[in-house]
Amino acid sequence: MSALLEVKDLKVAYGSILAVKDVSLTVNEGEIVTLIGSNGAGKSTTLRTISGLLKPKGGTITFQGQRIDGKEGHEIVAMGLCQSPEGRRIFPRMSVRENLDLGAFLRNDKEAIEADRERVLDLFPRLRERYEQKGGTMSGGEQQMLAVARAMMGAPKLLLLDEPSMGLAPVLVDMIFETIIKIREQGITILLIEQNAAAALDVADRAYVLESGRIKMSGNASDLAKDDAVTKAYLGG
Amino acid sequence: MMMLKRKSKDSKTPKQSASHKKWTIGFLIAAACIWTFYTYIMFRLPDSLQTIFQTWLPPTTVNEAMVWVICAIGLNIVVGYAGLLDLGFVAFWAIGGYSAGWFMSAFFRQVNVHIFAPHQTLKTPGIHVTFWAVLFIGGIICAIFGMIIGAPTLRLKSDYLALVTMGFGEIIPQVFTNGENLGGFNLSNGTKGISPVDNIGVPGKVLGPFDFSWKFAIFVLLTAVMVFVSLRLRKGRLGRAWLAIREDELAASMMGVPLMSTKLAAYAVGAFSGGVGGVAFATHVNGVFADRFNFSISIILLAMVVLGGMGNVWGVMVGALLVAWINSTGLPAFGDLVNNTFKTSINFPSYNFLLFGGVLILMMLYKREGMIPESRLKAIMHEADDTSANIGGTH
Repeated sequence: MSALLEVKDLKVAYGSILAVKDVSLTVNEGEIVTLIGSNGAGKSTTLRTISGLLKPKGGTITFQGQRIDGKEGHEIVAMGLCQSPEGRRIFPRMSVRENLDLGAFLRNDKEAIEADRERVLDLFPRLRERYEQKGGTMSGGEQQMLAVARAMMGAPKLLLLDEPSMGLAPVLVDMIFETIIKIREQGITILLIEQNAAAALDVADRAYVLESGRIKMSGNASDLAKDDAVTKAYLGG
Repeated sequence: MMMLKRKSKDSKTPKQSASHKKWTIGFLIAAACIWTFYTYIMFRLPDSLQTIFQTWLPPTTVNEAMVWVICAIGLNIVVGYAGLLDLGFVAFWAIGGYSAGWFMSAFFRQVNVHIFAPHQTLKTPGIHVTFWAVLFIGGIICAIFGMIIGAPTLRLKSDYLALVTMGFGEIIPQVFTNGENLGGFNLSNGTKGISPVDNIGVPGKVLGPFDFSWKFAIFVLLTAVMVFVSLRLRKGRLGRAWLAIREDELAASMMGVPLMSTKLAAYAVGAFSGGVGGVAFATHVNGVFADRFNFSISIILLAMVVLGGMGNVWGVMVGALLVAWINSTGLPAFGDLVNNTFKTSINFPSYNFLLFGGVLILMMLYKREGMIPESRLKAIMHEADDTSANIGGTH
């Protein structure tokens, strides 16, 4: 296994306030890695920096052996690092079809795009039913499916999922996490940011625990799920 | 443009393009009727009827309205497609106008340049370039200015961007008003303006200042080109990127839409259109005059786009024609009618902004998507409020 994504000593600031103080993490090819932590720990900031929306104050981010910190968002997407953003952020006035089209915005390989379209629609049959419906008129769960499907239309090598379970009914949360496993089976590496630590540790291979902008713990997900400190802080044990 | 023929997009495209076809045919037929009427029929009518038309719909109003349409279609790309509020569009209109002043008149007496110019101008000094080339020159100068103003400001969020564009719309006309002596160089002839500008040369003929129906035909042609370009861009890759930015800028960037260049493209194309409109307007009024370019033009253009239906070229066109007519002829003529009938002396034209303001408020309350809305806006703007809660997201 080789490192697909490597984040080293990352520091990110909003103005003079350091939101991410010291984050180092590695995602190897084929893994599901989760980054858990409470609200405000710096999870989304880390992720936004990886995807190029924020510029780091220090540290490096390497994707497929290439430095990507300092690159523009669209260049990073073009390299195969796609994300389903926090709060879903689907295009509300566009249909499912148009949303998926935009997911493939940077691609020109028509046939491969069509193949991917079939693939994501198989993964989320619900979206096929809603194909011409406007995104904004769908339920929260359907919007989340669309957000993930849209990210997959960019042919990601690494898929970043930011809080995919946020605001969803428990049955939908299960469904989303089952799909995450299916996506990995298709050969896509996943970095999952979650507040729902129990569910995240359940599907992930490895995990990092983020607290006040620093990595507090890391290790195999199954080990962390049994760890006393983690259980106390994040699993309500 | 290859994207247009994508199979997977078929499901919705035919309906839309059918409606575009209907509108195109309607537009061309209406234009042909108006042209025929003013060229062949009007002067044959009895005097009383002619007076009515001269009062309520004189040919000069029709032509001026077409200029407004050209500019409004340009603004629609910025505001309607890309969702960037621009309160200074008059700047492009002015720059376009002065392009006509610079390149189509005897203003720069120190030089003597003639490029495909109408033969009457050959003996006069100055820069005389054919109208058709000046359209491009004016458009391109505007596009460059659009990018110059856009590059540093497009990173701003919408309200701040609107303020900067408003400032730009104030500065440019001021520069022209005071441009009589810029370090010894006379850029704009100050408040006196540049007049006359050269006539338009068409194959086998040179149009005089009163060839209204010929100019009308030319303005219709320019409008048709702008509509065509708008629709093509809208359907293509760039159009999808604009819509994505309008919907959700952050999400668009996560899909790989390059924000800066996409927004700059909207500014450039919109400004180009404004430049073309400015050149056309200069030939319409036979000159450029700095005091004509004021803030109200930006606001009226915006009102045209919003009233007509943001994002829908045809709606914007109808909105522009209507507002332009009310502004230049409808309201004064109606005022005269009322004043003569009731022996009052109300200055109706001075209430035009009260009227537009009122109409805009009513539209925002009851028909936010405009008179002839873009289909996707119509669908969403009349959904129950809980959907918008679902859409969520701040900026």
